[in-house]
Amino acid sequence: MKSNDTITLAHGSGGRLMHELVEGLIARVLSNPVLDELDDAADVSGLVEPGRLAVTTDSFVVQPLFFPGGDIGTLAVAGTVNDLAVKGARPVALTLGLIVEEGLAVSDLERALRSVAETAKTAGVVVTAGDTKVVERGCLGGLVLNTAGLGFIPEGVELGAARVRDGDAVVISGTVGDHETAILVAREGFEIDETIESDCAPLHEIAATILTAAPGARAMRDPTRGGLATTLNELSARSGVGIEIEEAAVPVRREVRSVTDILGFDPLFMANEGKVVAVVPADEAERVVEALRTHDLGRDAAVIGRAGGPPGVTLRTRVGGARPLLMLEGVQLPRIC
Amino acid sequence: MKELLDFEAFREGPEAEGLVRRVRELVDGPTALMEVCGTHTVAIGRAGIRSLVPEELRLLSGPGCPVCVTPLGEIDQTIEAARRPDVTVATFGDMMRVPGSESSLERERAAGADVRVVTSALDAVKLASEEPSREIVFIGVGFETTSPTVAAALLEAERRDVPNVSVFPFFKLVPPALEFLVGVPDRALDGFLCPGHVSSIIGSNAYEPVAREAGIPCVVTGFEPLDILAGIVMLLEQVRDVRSGGAARVETQYSRAVRPEGNPTARSLLDETFDTADAEWRGIGAIPASGYVLSQDLMHRDAAAKLGIERPEPAEPEGCICGAIMLGRKLPGDCPLFGTDCTPRDPVGPCMVSSEGSCAAHFRYEHRRST
Repeated sequence: MKSNDTITLAHGSGGRLMHELVEGLIARVLSNPVLDELDDAADVSGLVEPGRLAVTTDSFVVQPLFFPGGDIGTLAVAGTVNDLAVKGARPVALTLGLIVEEGLAVSDLERALRSVAETAKTAGVVVTAGDTKVVERGCLGGLVLNTAGLGFIPEGVELGAARVRDGDAVVISGTVGDHETAILVAREGFEIDETIESDCAPLHEIAATILTAAPGARAMRDPTRGGLATTLNELSARSGVGIEIEEAAVPVRREVRSVTDILGFDPLFMANEGKVVAVVPADEAERVVEALRTHDLGRDAAVIGRAGGPPGVTLRTRVGGARPLLMLEGVQLPRIC
Repeated sequence: MKELLDFEAFREGPEAEGLVRRVRELVDGPTALMEVCGTHTVAIGRAGIRSLVPEELRLLSGPGCPVCVTPLGEIDQTIEAARRPDVTVATFGDMMRVPGSESSLERERAAGADVRVVTSALDAVKLASEEPSREIVFIGVGFETTSPTVAAALLEAERRDVPNVSVFPFFKLVPPALEFLVGVPDRALDGFLCPGHVSSIIGSNAYEPVAREAGIPCVVTGFEPLDILAGIVMLLEQVRDVRSGGAARVETQYSRAVRPEGNPTARSLLDETFDTADAEWRGIGAIPASGYVLSQDLMHRDAAAKLGIERPEPAEPEGCICGAIMLGRKLPGDCPLFGTDCTPRDPVGPCMVSSEGSCAAHFRYEHRRST
């Protein structure tokens, strides 16, 4: 095995090996005019657009690092882009902090970086600055990514959970539960006939589609950890308006439903990485759904409920019952029987 | 897991409306039906079935959640095992957060113990063969549904000569519990929704004594909302017959999975691995012949004996009425601690601890109605 096949603590030492790693791999794979300057801080003035500035940060810890439908690199860029996009911002720039564990194969690092580069290109964002640290084996599962994202909110776009009003419609851009179920299946090694893929994807176009079809859109969120149920509860709590959801209207893939049923999990609580929940005025809802369905990432879009009544989320079940849909408490654990 | 199951057919359809209408026709006075299966408890809550049936029909949750009925002393034993440096505790996820007298497996893991969540007892045998220097202890909780898979795993460990795997056999048996429940004074109970999974192993015949001798109607029911509504209709029809002088019987709504004699292979696995013994049910007390011990040939796989861990007798929390709830005397909302001092985040009693417990399900799915 060549000495450069795996990451060692020496790659984080600040010496020649680190220099080779940063310039020979990381900066090469992520190359763009801003990053290529390789100065201590990046001059991003060329990226500045008219509008209000939006900024976000996120850290990405996922096992396994590579899973059906994506990997930690795709996830880091998509996750950050999506946080900007659901605020109505056009994402323009990212920073990328790499915390690499001793023992990670350099080829795995390169693979994750290539996903970062590709996803950034798809989303139209530039990786402008970065940092690399190497830590001892066994403390973080190979690789952790941290990002900051920068975007610009055009004039006239005003989104926020507090803007939700009685009578508004709630729209989801597609099936729920795909990401977390894919991770679960990959991590636990369940043998199933069909591959369940993560929905991990940048949603800048989906968000833009919603804003174009519904100029009066009140709020958008990406229902990541805690899933749709938790996001709806956040929207209700912030706005002080209740939300009622039709269970039968919420799109869930059959294979996701099967796996979650067997484990005793609820897809409504499972993380998504490529979906948007939008609250829009009722008369704009159908137009949003039609527009979303013309996009690859919005094919299963649906109106799933409406806002109104006292705060809290109510689920109308498939058999016609009603029950509160609460936030996720702790983590979901596989049941005994 | 190999084949994906399609549950949709049992979940949707115009039948729901018809079944709900039939339930409303059949309830003509105070009636109490009890399910004794955590999966039923959760399914009833999740589908909002209580919001569809008349108030006179009380749907009670009996001692059907394996976590709820596991005594505190047994939880403490598993924590004691996890604290041993050469022991790996392998467990189903539900057990992680269950508090013992002073800790939980989740807390022990955070403090450095080797506790792993597995989805099958066979995973424990696999771990044992991969890590021969460690003792892999599997926590055997559950009813007749889970015990055959644990039996199979133990026999597999014997066959493959994997010495370093053992089990805490904390299993409970459903029919003795039902027979016990019908003898409880002051209980209001008109019928049992019997658990579909358990019954697929032991067979519907296992409930004959409850129906025939105690005169309580039994309907073996599946787990989809339509299954449960159909089971309730069948039970209510029997209750009406019994009230007008007819005899109680065992019926099976879940005939797509349950036969009268059950699953002979699974039953013989159980016979080979376990002997029946009296067992302690948390919140209820001792029920004769309602648990398992390992058979003589497998006694060397008993984790408590192998590690020398005694069962302490800790005090139950004060003010908790989980016992009365599981016996059908009270509802979760009757408990003064419910939703205030006792919540899923900070549970006091066993029924709030497990996600399948009656109080946790009530909190999660029906809290707003009851407050």
